[in-house]
Amino acid sequence: MSQPNEIERYTASQRSNHWMVAILFILAALSGLALFHPALFWLSNLFGGGAWTRILHPFLGVAMFLFFLILALRFWKHNHLTKNDRKWLGQIGDVIAGNDDKLPPVGRYNAGQKLLFWVMILCMLALLVTGVMFWRPWFAASFSIDLVRLAALIHAFAAWVLIAGIMVHIYAAFWVKGTMRGMLTGKVGRAWARHHHPEWYQEVTEEKRS
Amino acid sequence: MTMLDIQRRSATTTEAPQVRHLPKIAKLIDVSTCIGCKACQVACMEWNDLRDEVGKNVGVYDNPADLSDQSWTLMRFSETEQNGKLEWLIRKDGCMHCADPGCLKACPSPGAIIQYSNGIVDFQQDQCIGCGYCIQGCPFNIPRISKKDNKAYKCSLCSDRVAVGQAPACVKTCPTGAIHFGTKEDMQDYAEERITDLKARGYQNAGLYDPQGVGGTHVMYVLQHADQPELYANLPANPKIAATVSLWKGITKPLGLAGFGLIALGAFFHFIKRGRKEVHEDEDDQLAIVRQSGSNGRDA
Ligand code: HEM
Ligand code: SF4
Repeated sequence: MSQPNEIERYTASQRSNHWMVAILFILAALSGLALFHPALFWLSNLFGGGAWTRILHPFLGVAMFLFFLILALRFWKHNHLTKNDRKWLGQIGDVIAGNDDKLPPVGRYNAGQKLLFWVMILCMLALLVTGVMFWRPWFAASFSIDLVRLAALIHAFAAWVLIAGIMVHIYAAFWVKGTMRGMLTGKVGRAWARHHHPEWYQEVTEEKRS
Repeated sequence: MTMLDIQRRSATTTEAPQVRHLPKIAKLIDVSTCIGCKACQVACMEWNDLRDEVGKNVGVYDNPADLSDQSWTLMRFSETEQNGKLEWLIRKDGCMHCADPGCLKACPSPGAIIQYSNGIVDFQQDQCIGCGYCIQGCPFNIPRISKKDNKAYKCSLCSDRVAVGQAPACVKTCPTGAIHFGTKEDMQDYAEERITDLKARGYQNAGLYDPQGVGGTHVMYVLQHADQPELYANLPANPKIAATVSLWKGITKPLGLAGFGLIALGAFFHFIKRGRKEVHEDEDDQLAIVRQSGSNGRDA
């Protein structure tokens, strides 16, 4: 079914992995946000009430972490920041304005995507560790009360950073037409690849030729 | 018991009813006249229909060893040497009913913790979700979550009795009259008398424990050594809602929400201005054109 103008970017297994993380993230974020501020407590209705929200949230979080861990290990090697990446980040104004011609060439992922990758890793680890520390009725009692208080604070902060990051992630995927298709179908257009990820395009096309 | 007016409600951002005012009440525990008989513990169990499990003797008089969902009050025994003399200090532990309650501040479930206009802080277990944030919020280590139902429990100051003009069960039962109940003002006045008496009998540092770090409390102690509250089974000298809790539950939350709003708006207007970034998949591979479908401000 693949047309000649398409390049494979994600395997079916990678895509499924990504969307499992995405679904679990949405559920974890909505159930967490219900407890974050009274203005969002109504979100607990989505989970069958406050008590169910409290019960389900940590399990959703842990499940999300496990799937994320697999995804992160799979994509780890593609996310090392290079010299060009630092330049790219320095020109963030051009990025937002869409002045792509002025930006240094991008590999499989641009510097923004890579940065988000590392932010996500930090946040996920922080959420897991602190989340367990104030998880009642099981684990919270094993930590000193001051640690539990700090854990709750850091958990809320890490959740904020992660949700903010994912909001940008979702918008970027929508903004750059053809990106969403990559994660949904696994295929991206040749021109899309050449324009947005020229170094990666070169790599994969050379591989094919040789 | 909503027979009393509610002046504050957990996880509620709008004004509480403020028109009617009940006089502020308080329970005064005179540590110097307590004999540690635990009649108040029994009265509490009886009135509130609580039965803790029979525990183990851990070698001290404290029994049970700690507060629980079934034990809302507990005598804590401490030995100390003051002025070369052994003293046995007995403090009735339980909820202090802070004017500025950390549990209520921390609780994420609307109405699970309420404060009546007479000052009583009460848990509404039917609204409780069992998250334990009240435990994080409390500067006195009071709330306990039940293993049976995962709801938080603590002393209600017998809000049901107070609502119909009765004193709390513990007050009613104390054989030495060490526990008093009335308006906060009357209790402060009575405490003054007790403190004068204690000072006359050589306790120069006798004083009232009504810590201002939590806005004062509706359960107060007369202490022989008010300069060292820690002597009394680690009663905190300057209890305050922890800084981490204030930061967690303070202005940071609304700012965080505003941040999400700004990101969403920023993204939307970025789209309005720039449109989506599109690369046309031309037949001729070399001629891919980038086009921004929205009108770009600078071109206009
Ligand atoms: C990684 C595993 C995670 C664990 C073990 C965990 C655990 C917890 C626990 C125990 C709570 C307290 C409420 C409750 O008991 O349900 C909580 C609250 C919360 N969680 Fe998580 N969580 C995890 C992941 C996440 C994720 C991925 C997000 C969102 C991106 C998130 C956002 C929140 C928020 C916003 C709150 C409310 C914090 C507050 O009240 O300020 N959590 N979490
Ligand atoms: S355990 Fe219950 S009372 Fe305590 S903070 Fe959570 S919802 Fe509120």
